[in-house]
Amino acid sequence: MAAVSLAEFLRRHEAKELLRFITCGSVDDGKSTLIGRLLHDTQQILEDQLAAVTSDSRKWGTTGDDVDLALLVDGLQAEREQGITIDVAYRYFDTDRRKYIIADCPGHEQYTRNMATGASTADLAVILVDAARGVQVQTRRHACIVSLLGIRHVVVAVNKMDLVGYDEAVFRRISDDCLAIPGIRGAESRIIPVSALKGDNVVARGGGMPWYQGPTIIEWLDAVNVSGDQPLADLRLPVQYVNRPDASFRGYSGTVAAGRVAVGDPIMAVPSRRLSRVREIVHFDGNPQSAASGMDVTVALEDEIDVSRGDVLVHPDRAPSVGRIFDAHLIWMNDSPLLPGKQYEFKLSHRYFRGTVESIQHRVDVNDLSEHPAAELKLNEVGLCRIVLAEQAAFDSYATCRGTGAFIVVDRLSHATAGAGMILRSAAPQGAHHDVSVFWQPTRVRHEQRANQKAQRPCILWFTGLSGAGKSTIANAVEQALYLRGHHSYLLDGDNIRHGLNKDLDFSDAGRVENIRRIGEVAKLFVDAGLIVVTAFISPFRSDRRMVRELVGEGEFVEVFVNTPIEVCEQRDPKGLYARARAGQIPNFTGVTSPYEAPEAAEIEIDSSKMTVAESVDRVIRYLEAQGRLKN
Amino acid sequence: MTQLRRLEAEGVYIIREVAAEFDNPVMLYSIGKDSSVLLHLARKAFHPGKLPFPLMHIDTTWKFREMIAFRDRMARELGFELIVHVNEEGVKAGVTPFTHGAKYTDIMKTEALKAALSKHRFDAAFGGARRDEEKSRAKERVFSFRDAQHRWDPKNQRPELWNLYNGRIHQGESIRVFPLSNWTELDVWLYIHVEQIPVVPLYFAKPRPVVERDGLLIMVDDERMKLREGEQPRMEMVRFRSLGCYPLSGAVRSTAADLTAVIEEMLVARTSERGSRAIDFDQAAAMEMRKREGYF
Ligand SMILES: Nc1nc2c(ncn2[C@@H]2O[C@H](COP(=O)(O)OP(=O)(O)O)[C@@H](O)[C@H]2O)c(=O)[nH]1
Repeated sequence: MAAVSLAEFLRRHEAKELLRFITCGSVDDGKSTLIGRLLHDTQQILEDQLAAVTSDSRKWGTTGDDVDLALLVDGLQAEREQGITIDVAYRYFDTDRRKYIIADCPGHEQYTRNMATGASTADLAVILVDAARGVQVQTRRHACIVSLLGIRHVVVAVNKMDLVGYDEAVFRRISDDCLAIPGIRGAESRIIPVSALKGDNVVARGGGMPWYQGPTIIEWLDAVNVSGDQPLADLRLPVQYVNRPDASFRGYSGTVAAGRVAVGDPIMAVPSRRLSRVREIVHFDGNPQSAASGMDVTVALEDEIDVSRGDVLVHPDRAPSVGRIFDAHLIWMNDSPLLPGKQYEFKLSHRYFRGTVESIQHRVDVNDLSEHPAAELKLNEVGLCRIVLAEQAAFDSYATCRGTGAFIVVDRLSHATAGAGMILRSAAPQGAHHDVSVFWQPTRVRHEQRANQKAQRPCILWFTGLSGAGKSTIANAVEQALYLRGHHSYLLDGDNIRHGLNKDLDFSDAGRVENIRRIGEVAKLFVDAGLIVVTAFISPFRSDRRMVRELVGEGEFVEVFVNTPIEVCEQRDPKGLYARARAGQIPNFTGVTSPYEAPEAAEIEIDSSKMTVAESVDRVIRYLEAQGRLKN
Repeated sequence: MTQLRRLEAEGVYIIREVAAEFDNPVMLYSIGKDSSVLLHLARKAFHPGKLPFPLMHIDTTWKFREMIAFRDRMARELGFELIVHVNEEGVKAGVTPFTHGAKYTDIMKTEALKAALSKHRFDAAFGGARRDEEKSRAKERVFSFRDAQHRWDPKNQRPELWNLYNGRIHQGESIRVFPLSNWTELDVWLYIHVEQIPVVPLYFAKPRPVVERDGLLIMVDDERMKLREGEQPRMEMVRFRSLGCYPLSGAVRSTAADLTAVIEEMLVARTSERGSRAIDFDQAAAMEMRKREGYF
């Protein structure tokens, strides 16, 4: 305080740059000790905190009589008791030049998920290597994740140099090993020998390594230049909030994700491609003439065009990709695996899009970035996926702009954040002006025209229920009745699907989802062709049935719940399946060892233990008539 | 951009995101310095419009009188909607900080907050907590998911990547939102200084009537404070580093009577902020327990 006046000190603190970094290391590499050392030696630790740690050291510490600086950063009760860190924790410190935010990620299971979380907002990564153990598999993994998340700056801290007698040869060998790792070689990287425990080369230089002339960790962090990390110079302003305090003002608020916006600029809103011009930039602190990347603004336009949250404002000649299909690296973060074909929500630039992962092109092994075929992605796995959204979105590649190239995947039932993605490229065909609609060329004769020709409005009669409930019997009888009345229908059941179209599928969860997805797609094509499609599959999962429901138009999916009590089904047991399932011979048998999720609001419900087949058929036909699906 | 402007932009972003995504958000207003910063950011976020959500104060009835006066003045001058919630049953049952110890905070603050959130069916609640305040908060998300009982499960938090916050919830569930997560105490004071944000005068030193009790300097703010044997209120130059219920907030002896003096004092301070709140002395992991139960 003595050297500069308070006003000068405050001015400097306010003007500091912000640098966010992540620390990665496997258990016991000394990550917590290093962070504790950074905080301690930059004078962030207050006396009462130090007192608490000194008392904690006696209880949990591993450093004998020394104060265990790792305890400064180990947070929650549960993890302290187990002696491990369980999640990403954030720490703060500053030097004269910069304010730092550390994302501290633990080094054990869940690693990929936690590291990706911390890395997503980081400018730089500090990777720890234990000098006594050298480069490990984990070191490669850390470097892979760092490069996957697009972090351009890496510091390798070769820690515990005191344990190897501060030997320069050991350090050289480890340095060479590190530089052979693509994620480290490819980044702007710096390798520094340190002892976190003794404090050598972390903040101060320390006496043990006169042969090392390079910067200490903090000197390097203070010097690193991160200003060129956002390569996109084009304007990207995702609309976050539409500000309409009264009829006279309508502004579009958001944080500039890339480029610069100025009053008078011609503006295009994507994906709608509507055009206007910036009338003013409104800000609480006075309206600026222009605003650059990172700033929060409210933009008012000259014309009343329809812009809503999730649109992106850009310069007309500098538009991003617009489309529904793209390829992206996906990191899976959920206990239930990613299944291609399942519906998820994708949050991208302030909007939730419905969509699916159409296919997994390959899984990426995070230990060495090698590629492997995969049918699903499990927790902590990474894959290159093709994603198909239900609507058009505006996006860039993650490498050019994080703000419009990153997204999260939200599970539609649990609402968990199930995955995180980084867009690699648009999957629009060449020369199609980024418009992928050509993939889905509408056929010339329209669906209504065909339906009119047939005196029926097509739909899917989706029978669901337990094995033995009577689905096939009733579905067959319905088909008969429709035929007799001159309607054109088609029955999809186990026989004509499982043995043909889907004979390559097994009964794993992924196989089951794909089975239903294909049936849904076939049913959709037949609906498009004007048919009444009748299906009879157990289809025990609500999410699967909902997926099909969402494939077709409003009212075109008619769920018929054959709700026959399981006791009755089991008594009937026409194929002896329940007996075998009870004897443990059939795994995952619905109703016995695997759940059946009853529909919550089926259009039609039938209890075949109480109704005859003819009564059931009658109910279905009357429903179709009432809905105007059958014309006489 | 300087670090302070980046923190500001991040706060504004988070506040807008919640306003856009939730049906019925509320800003919890504790009247302290962090709340003042939060309110200021919200005004910036929606300028030239007004705040699209109300502020809510959980009034334990034991706040400093100056806090209540400040709260009402701010509501009047800035024209925001203010909800004041008191646990009336607690008041009737005679729950006070003097008679009920740790239970008092539970009943008048934690329980009251949960009841108020449920009563108004708020699906998102802003709080002014910072990650640097306390170890258990270092892992807190910006969007912190709470189940229908308002509970926080540290082992089951949603991963939070980039600035893509997941606001999807089922009916009855809610999100606590912390736009100041990445601010330090120094940043808060500096921002108040730069932006000239009004704060409660209790933060500045002035002669106030205090007694020394259980190692804390307690201000005798009104006649409800029962003096113990041998206690005699003395006028001392004191101020508060953190504000809450007056019988539980320890004052510090100080001559820092204005903002720059307070900041200067803080820079050479030897005790961290929450140390002067009596609530934390109970047990090492007290804060984590409280958070699991639904306290901030
Ligand atoms: N000799 C020596 N031991 C260290 C050093 N850094 C950390 N350690 C010790 O290594 C062990 C693991 O450290 P910790 O920081 O808890 O590792 P983390 O699991 O990566 O957070 C502890 O016993 C530390 O005291 C160092 O530079 N030299």
